[in-house]
Amino acid sequence: MAKTLFQKVWEAHTVRQLPNGQTQLFIGTHLIHEVTSPQAFGMLRDLGLKVKYPHRTFATVDHIVPTNELKEPYSDPIAQEMIEALRKNTKDYGIRFFDTSTGMQGIVHMVGPEQGITQPGTTIACGDSHTATHGAFGAIAFGIGTTQVRDVLATQTLSLSPLKVRRIEVNGKLRPGVYAKDVILHIIRDLGVNGGIGFAYEYAGSTFDNFSLEERMTVCNMSIEGGARCGYVNPDEKTFEYIKGRPHAPKAADWDAAVVRWKSFASDPDCKYDDIKVYRAEDIRPTVTWGITPGQAIFIDEKMPALELLNAADRATAEDAYKHMKLSPSTPIKGTKVDVAFLGSCTNGRISDLREVAKYLKGHKVSPTVKAIVVPGSQLTAIQAVKEGLDKVFIDAGFEWRGAGCSMCLAMNPDKLVGDQLCASSSNRNFKGRQGSQTGRTVLMSPLMVAAAAITGQVSDAREIFKV
Amino acid sequence: MSLAKITQVKAPALAVPGDDIDTDRIIPARFLRCVTFEGLGEHAFRDERTGPDGQDRPHPLNSEQAAQIAKDKKGVMVVGFNFGCGSSREHAPQSLWRFGFTALVGGSFAEIFFGNSTALGVPCVTLSKDDLAELNLFVQKNPGTEVAIDLEKMNVSAGDKTWKASIPASARESLISGKWDPIADLLEGSSAIEKTAQSLAYVAK
Ligand code: SF4
Repeated sequence: MAKTLFQKVWEAHTVRQLPNGQTQLFIGTHLIHEVTSPQAFGMLRDLGLKVKYPHRTFATVDHIVPTNELKEPYSDPIAQEMIEALRKNTKDYGIRFFDTSTGMQGIVHMVGPEQGITQPGTTIACGDSHTATHGAFGAIAFGIGTTQVRDVLATQTLSLSPLKVRRIEVNGKLRPGVYAKDVILHIIRDLGVNGGIGFAYEYAGSTFDNFSLEERMTVCNMSIEGGARCGYVNPDEKTFEYIKGRPHAPKAADWDAAVVRWKSFASDPDCKYDDIKVYRAEDIRPTVTWGITPGQAIFIDEKMPALELLNAADRATAEDAYKHMKLSPSTPIKGTKVDVAFLGSCTNGRISDLREVAKYLKGHKVSPTVKAIVVPGSQLTAIQAVKEGLDKVFIDAGFEWRGAGCSMCLAMNPDKLVGDQLCASSSNRNFKGRQGSQTGRTVLMSPLMVAAAAITGQVSDAREIFKV
Repeated sequence: MSLAKITQVKAPALAVPGDDIDTDRIIPARFLRCVTFEGLGEHAFRDERTGPDGQDRPHPLNSEQAAQIAKDKKGVMVVGFNFGCGSSREHAPQSLWRFGFTALVGGSFAEIFFGNSTALGVPCVTLSKDDLAELNLFVQKNPGTEVAIDLEKMNVSAGDKTWKASIPASARESLISGKWDPIADLLEGSSAIEKTAQSLAYVAK
C-alpha cells in the first residue's frame, strides 16, 4: 500500500501499542535545552531512573544566553543557574552538550541540522514547539512537554497517537522580494492558527522542490503557528547534499546505505492524504502580521481587515488585537512607525537570511529612531558570517551585531522590548508580551522586510526600498 | 506507581473567556527562568492580571472566586477555542494546576498543552460551541457554583443542565484507569524498545 512519509516513519519507530490505545513510539533523536529540561532531570532523579540511550540526546543552550555578554557569570543569576544546571545534568548522564565554549552552540533547531544530527526518516523530539523545523529534512519532529522530556530520557519513547496528514502544495516561482517566510505566513493566514490541530503538514510542490534546506526550515519551523505539531518536506538530493560531510552524518560505506534508506521514506507518489491544499507561488506577496496571532496577517500593500468583514469567531480576537497593537481597521499597515528591528531566531537567523539581507543593505543606514539588532542563530552561523564580512555590512548600516541565541524572539534574556515599542521581527510569534514587554508590539515579516523597516523607521515594502 | 483514578472532577468553575489564548499569556516567559516548577501558580496569567503600573487589572483570576479556588486547590477553568496554543512550555499547565485548577472545559485545546495537562492528571474536555456558550453563561450568572465533569459518562453538568463532552479516547482511558502518567507503561516496554532501537540504523551504533 502506498504510504506517506509520516506513516512510514511512524511504523518504523513503533515499539508497541499501549493499554490506553496510544502507540509507544521510539524517538531516535532527542534534543534538549536549558528551559524545559531541568525539571525533567529532576523527575528522573526523583524516580531513580537512568537515561536509557545517552548518545541519542543532544543538548544546547539558547533561550537564556545573553547575546551581548559572553563572559560568565551572567548578570542574571537565574540564567547562570540554568546553564549550570544543564552542564551538571549533561555531565551526570553522559549527554553531549554543545556548550557556549564549543563554537557550536546555538538555537537548538539550528544546531541539529548544522551537526548533521537531523536526518531523514528519523523521529526527533524536543521540549520546544518549533521542533518541526527539523521536518525540513524529512524527519517527523515535534515539540513535547517536560514530563515527556523525562519519558524520552528514561525510555527513549513517548506515548502518542498518530496524526492525520495534510499535503500543502505550493507550485511555481515566487516573485522577487517574496520569501519562504511569506509562504508560511500566507498558509497560516489561510488555514488559520488552529487549522492544523490533529495534522502533520507535508509541504510539497515545485516551490518547495526549488527551496534550499534553509528555506524549507523556515516554513516547517512555523507549522506550530498553524496548529500543526509537525511539518515536513520529503527528502531529496538537496537534503542529502546538505547533510553530507557534517560531523554526525553517516560516513564512507554507511553513507550510500543511508541515502538509499532515506529515499525510501519519501511519500509514495500515489499515497492518500487526509486533506490537500494547493497554492500558487505567484499569488503570494510580502506578508506581515498586524495582530496578536500569526494568522492575523496581510500582504504589505493591503489594508488591515474591517471588523465587520470578519466572521464572528475571529472578531473578538481582532478587536483585542487592534487595541493591543494600537492600529485601526481598514487602514494600511505600511507606514506604521517601528521602534525596534530584530533579525534572528530559529525561523530566520540562518546564514542564507543574513546573506540575503546583506546583499541589499550596502549603502543604506538604519533610521536614527530605530534600534536594530542582528542575532545569528548559532555560533557556526556567526563565524561563517564574519568570514564573509557580513557582520561589517550590518554594522556599517547601523545594526548591532550580537552573539548566538534566541535573543528578542522571547523574553528570557536581556534583549527585550520596552513599553509599547513596536518591533519589526523576523521571528515566529507576535503574541502579546512575547518580546518581553507586556505592552510591546510585534509585527512578523521576512528578514528583508525587517531591514526595510529598520531603514525607513516604518513598516515598509522591501521591494520598493531595495528596488528588488 | 499508583495514581488516582480520575473519573470525576466536581469543583467551582471560573470562566476565562477568549480564543487562541497562548501559553505566553498563561505564563510569561520571564517566569520560565527557573529550574523547578515551584511557585508558578501565583504567576498564572500574570501580565493579564497586573498592569505595567503594577496595579491589578480586572481579570477572572483576580476575582473572589479565583481566590477561593486557589485556597481550596479545586477549580474548573472554562475557556474558549485553541486554548494553550504556542509554546510547548509545560510551565503553562503547571501554573494553572498549581494555582488550583484541576480540570478545564473548552471549545478546543492545542495539542501539546492538552498532552501536558493530561500527564499532570488535569482533564481537558471539550463541549460543542453552543453548549460551551451555555455553560459560560451559566458560570457567569452563578459565580463560584460547582461544575461536574464526568469522564465515565462523558458529560459536563452544572445546575440542572447536562452537556455532552468529548476527550480523545486514549486520554480518557489513561485518566480513568489512573495511568495518566505514562512512565510505568513506557518502562514496561523495555525489551520491545531495545528491539526497535536495534532495527534503526541511525540509533544502533
Ligand atoms: S528562537 Fe524563538 S522560537 Fe526559536 S527556539 Fe528560540 S525562543 Fe523558541
